[in-house]
Amino acid sequence: MIQFSNVFKRYENGHEALQNVSFHLPSGDMTFLTGHSGAGKSTLLKLMMRMEVATRGSVVIDGQQLSRLKPHHVPFLRRKIGVVFQDHQLLFDRTVFDNVALPLVIEGMDPREIGRRVRAALDKVGLLSKEKLSPIMLSGGEQQRVGIARAVVNKPPILLADEPTGNLDPQLSAEIMQLFRQFNAVGVTVMIATHDLELVQRMARRVMVLKDGAMIHDAPFKPQAATGGEG
Amino acid sequence: MSRDDSRQSGGNPGGKTGGKGGASYSERWGRQQPTKKRAPVKRTKRREPEAEISSRRGGNAQISRVDAQERLSSWKRHHRQMAIDSFRRMLKSPVASLMTWLVIAIALALPTGLYLFLNNAQLVSSNWDGAAQMSVYLKASVNDERGRDLTQELKLRQDVADAHFISQAQALEEFRTFSGFGDALKYLDDNPLPAVIVVRPAAASLGTSAVALQEHLMNQLKAMSDVDEVQLDLAWVKRLYSIMALGERAVTALALLLGVAVLLVVGNTIRLAIESRRQEIVVVKLVGGTNAFVRRPFLYTGIWYGLGGGVLAWLLINLALIWLAGPVHALASAYASDFELLGLGFTDSVLLLLCSTLLGWLGAWLAVGRHLGAIEPQ
Repeated sequence: MIQFSNVFKRYENGHEALQNVSFHLPSGDMTFLTGHSGAGKSTLLKLMMRMEVATRGSVVIDGQQLSRLKPHHVPFLRRKIGVVFQDHQLLFDRTVFDNVALPLVIEGMDPREIGRRVRAALDKVGLLSKEKLSPIMLSGGEQQRVGIARAVVNKPPILLADEPTGNLDPQLSAEIMQLFRQFNAVGVTVMIATHDLELVQRMARRVMVLKDGAMIHDAPFKPQAATGGEG
Repeated sequence: MSRDDSRQSGGNPGGKTGGKGGASYSERWGRQQPTKKRAPVKRTKRREPEAEISSRRGGNAQISRVDAQERLSSWKRHHRQMAIDSFRRMLKSPVASLMTWLVIAIALALPTGLYLFLNNAQLVSSNWDGAAQMSVYLKASVNDERGRDLTQELKLRQDVADAHFISQAQALEEFRTFSGFGDALKYLDDNPLPAVIVVRPAAASLGTSAVALQEHLMNQLKAMSDVDEVQLDLAWVKRLYSIMALGERAVTALALLLGVAVLLVVGNTIRLAIESRRQEIVVVKLVGGTNAFVRRPFLYTGIWYGLGGGVLAWLLINLALIWLAGPVHALASAYASDFELLGLGFTDSVLLLLCSTLLGWLGAWLAVGRHLGAIEPQ
């Protein structure tokens, strides 16, 4: 589903964000991407979203070679990838419902169908009662869950999360991870960038570790794997 | 799908997803394990991908399938929504919107007003056919009787409105009375003045064709055997028409310039609107909004600005016409004329609104093309 082959990314200022990164994430897998800040986690996610283009190497998402993707096809790539952002990226000038509905509105879905899907997604994250509120009235954890609902509402085959538990307490973090696990259980390919190693270990999944732009560790879950990645 | 399922999972958000939880979730979301590797699909048509994507979603395709008809209706729906939404946004800041509308209205009203002025001037000048008189000087050999016959002949012509004969004696009398050189005539042995037929050409249609028509008539008269010379006071008529042609050019130039001004005004306003909705654009692009989708509300904003400006321009012009009607009537009656100002007709009004709407749309399009591409999620 996600295939990186010898990917290099050098920014215009000369910063080498990724160096020779290769990995394959099969469809339906769930993996964690860790590493200290600045190690290249965000760059890696941006490459998948085609917010950035690899300097060298190839990124293939769902069979599509991203370097050959024409700009007007990028939106359709992004519809296949639900993304949960650390800063939520919610729009405060509209309700929770409208925020979650956005991907479906963009796809041009029938309003009744949108209503059903949005409520199902909100119900899934436990926010059905707050659909009419503005996101600004919600707590951080609730906002994050709105973001998750929006990421999954159009049933994308891939779900990416960038520090989804960044500002949350352990209890909320665990709940949100539980949600990701549930999505993965129904076949969504999930990739979560986080530096919360404790959480990673508890989840017992494949872990990839980036350091200074290089993939220094990539292994299926082993108890010592996550701790080894620190530093 | 069922209420039971939703209650189950809703009431148990942090619960372990055992077989049961997973099953209910999977059932509700209707997602199948995407086990088969999807072949890369080469897209050729830009408008199709929604259907393609949904068809590639495997088992759930029936639900999320957006077929051609649905796509059209959703496209129409979005247009309608964006038209309404962008109009509402304008009404939310009525003062700012009104100012933009006014600027556009003034920029449009100026050339339109001048155009009307020209139209009226042409109407007035076309009523001045009497002023373009021709003096047909007859040869000295032609006697008065022949002169009168000739005058009757000319009167019968289609392109002659009127003709009247001035004999040599009458001409001398007129000269003596009006010129002030009457005394000088005493020193002359015989009458040096020729007989004249004063011809008033028939009224022509608007524009320079009148001049051409009159010149044609003049040439024909000149060719007559009895005629010595024909003098047509065409010079000032020509000047008038040249001034009008110049005026038309000036109006065109002004209209073009002010049209560009409208483009810039709308463009700048849209640029600000884009800036203020930057976050929204970023989010829409992140979740897969196409450029057309992002562009749409701004294009409608431009259309509303243009249309609003056009309506205001129409109002301004009609107010000005009402305001001018009194003085114009007074002036016209002083010339014993029943002339009335020509207003914007139906066609002109429609054209004005159409142009303004188009300008608004174009201005928005230019701004969107310039600024929207620069907003990409970082």
